[in-house]
Amino acid sequence: MLFHRLSRLGSRIVKELPRERHFSVSGMRVLQGSYSQYLQSSAVTQRQSRTFQQAFFSSNYNLCTLFSTISETEKINVIFVDKDGEEIHIKVPVGMNILEAAHENDIELEGACECSLACSTCHVIVMDTEYYNKLEEPTDEENDMLDLAFGLTETSRLGCQVIAKPELDGIRLAIPSATRNFAVDGFVPKPH
Amino acid sequence: MSMFLARRLVTRCFSSRPLHVCIVGSGPAGFYTADKLLKAHEGARIDIIDRLPTPYGLVRSGVAPDHPETKIAINQFSRVAQHERCAFYGNVKLGSDLSLSELRDLYHVVVLAYGAETDKDLGIPGESLGGVFSAREFVWWYNGHPDYSSLKPDLKSSDKAVILGQGNVALDVARILLRPTTELASTDIATHALSALEESSIRKVYLVGRRGPVQAALTAKELREILGIKNLHIRIKETDLSVTPADEEEMKNSRARKRIYELLSKAAAAAGTFEGDCGQRELHFVFFRQPERFLESDESKGRVSGVNLEKTILESVGSGKQIAVGTGEFEDINCSMVLKAIGYQSVPINGLPFDHKKGIVPNVRGRVVSTEPGLYVCGWLKRGPVGIIATNLYCAEETVGSISQDIEEGGVGKSEKEGSKGLMQLLEKKEVKMVDFSGWEKIDAKEKQMGIDRNKPREKLVTWEDLLAAASADS
Repeated sequence: MLFHRLSRLGSRIVKELPRERHFSVSGMRVLQGSYSQYLQSSAVTQRQSRTFQQAFFSSNYNLCTLFSTISETEKINVIFVDKDGEEIHIKVPVGMNILEAAHENDIELEGACECSLACSTCHVIVMDTEYYNKLEEPTDEENDMLDLAFGLTETSRLGCQVIAKPELDGIRLAIPSATRNFAVDGFVPKPH
Repeated sequence: MSMFLARRLVTRCFSSRPLHVCIVGSGPAGFYTADKLLKAHEGARIDIIDRLPTPYGLVRSGVAPDHPETKIAINQFSRVAQHERCAFYGNVKLGSDLSLSELRDLYHVVVLAYGAETDKDLGIPGESLGGVFSAREFVWWYNGHPDYSSLKPDLKSSDKAVILGQGNVALDVARILLRPTTELASTDIATHALSALEESSIRKVYLVGRRGPVQAALTAKELREILGIKNLHIRIKETDLSVTPADEEEMKNSRARKRIYELLSKAAAAAGTFEGDCGQRELHFVFFRQPERFLESDESKGRVSGVNLEKTILESVGSGKQIAVGTGEFEDINCSMVLKAIGYQSVPINGLPFDHKKGIVPNVRGRVVSTEPGLYVCGWLKRGPVGIIATNLYCAEETVGSISQDIEEGGVGKSEKEGSKGLMQLLEKKEVKMVDFSGWEKIDAKEKQMGIDRNKPREKLVTWEDLLAAASADS
């Protein structure tokens, strides 16, 4: 029911918004350039706090950098529905996490803890159950953070934990908003 | 939808005119408000003021030193502070250096995001005894807040401490008391606190809650973390874990509560009945108890020697909520220190409407009621002292939404205001030595430099004198 409504909302947006913003990452060089920038900052963070919970950090670090070792030639289509209800289509290289991808494309998705699973600011809602089921189960640590996420739904995930893979081509992700309420379209956030 | 687009368009057209904004408080609520205002209004010129010479509020003085990953949020906040249309001015106190009406004369928009700097009281006998602290005082002490660096809590008189409350602040202070100090030594914990903890004789910590394991206000991450501390024995009474149909209902409606209950059950089962030796570190979850009075020590007058607790049972009060009521049965826990982790409270200032019962500024979606347009609140001052850093993201979005609406429809931002220039003149006139962001960067650099020698991310400067001296040092 919920998903039916969500997808209905999605198609309404498509109908009423003929002007879609199309973004795509142009060329490998740009991509890699900004990657290494990110990795650098991530490495600094790691160095600063490496004395504490080293294992914790390095495991997440691996998660964050996983994509760089996988071939980046393959890209999938990801559609964000942003806080204003606008659809933004982007191409995301396989292996990249969704938070990264959002930032690469200037999509307003916060990432306060920079992939260290210590916040819930990159909360996204997978708009179709079919796609949600294609994702790996969230870990306990991700669920701990999701428990605190604003407007939690049955198909909520943390953007930093969703890694692009071919099966996810066409996935639609909504960014929760305090000012735009899904309730307008009959969507009731799950109490938490 | 089209109306929404139209509104966006209007906002963008209007936004090129300078909009002078002052945000009071530089914690997460203040910085997220600044971030969102900068994005929403191209004409916004934002000054963030703070009473401390250091920015970031509770991220610096509240978040536990062993949670460095939570403090990463500072990276984003410092980018906001360095934005060309944003400035930080520390060591500026609203209420004494400046009045609210002076700020309102200078700025089109004033957003109060100064949080909650005092504590709720229990209002029971013995609350002012030595050794009874609020958790906030203890947290500010170990985090090197300049107002509490000389607190000197006595950690050596006995092996027991009682913490009243079972939220995340309670878990933070329990963890700091029980965690091996070798693990704390490499964090940014204040050195005075680390030294005191190294000599601490506290081995048993009691976390007391009025209600049961289903209602505990803590969150799964923090619980999982404390349950995982090496050589820490967890004690939970088996009988406290039995659930009523009302508890079941509460868990059905909240996946967070359900997962927390499961974690507690698992910890209780793992602990078994093993008694162990007397010097071991223990964390006792004490459910269904409310504090009745603090006990005074016979040997040392004016100091706490324990807490008298009343047993409670839960009563449903409708809408799935259960409250604790006393049973008239009492028991004591002896201890030499009590930390009250029962909630923070906001402080009112002159000329500001304040709801003393709720401890917040009365507001509608961040708009302060019964005052001239242009005054807003965000964060704990707006919605009470609950939630995590991320909660402020949505809180700020809502407040900024109200500001945008008032600019379009309510005439806010139309008059001539002096903004920053006026503030600088006023501070100069009043001889207030503000610390700007470059001053903070000097403090930051010095702290990091001092940290290198001790293998810590930073060694915090913990007195006003040191902070102000570092900020004004020649670079």
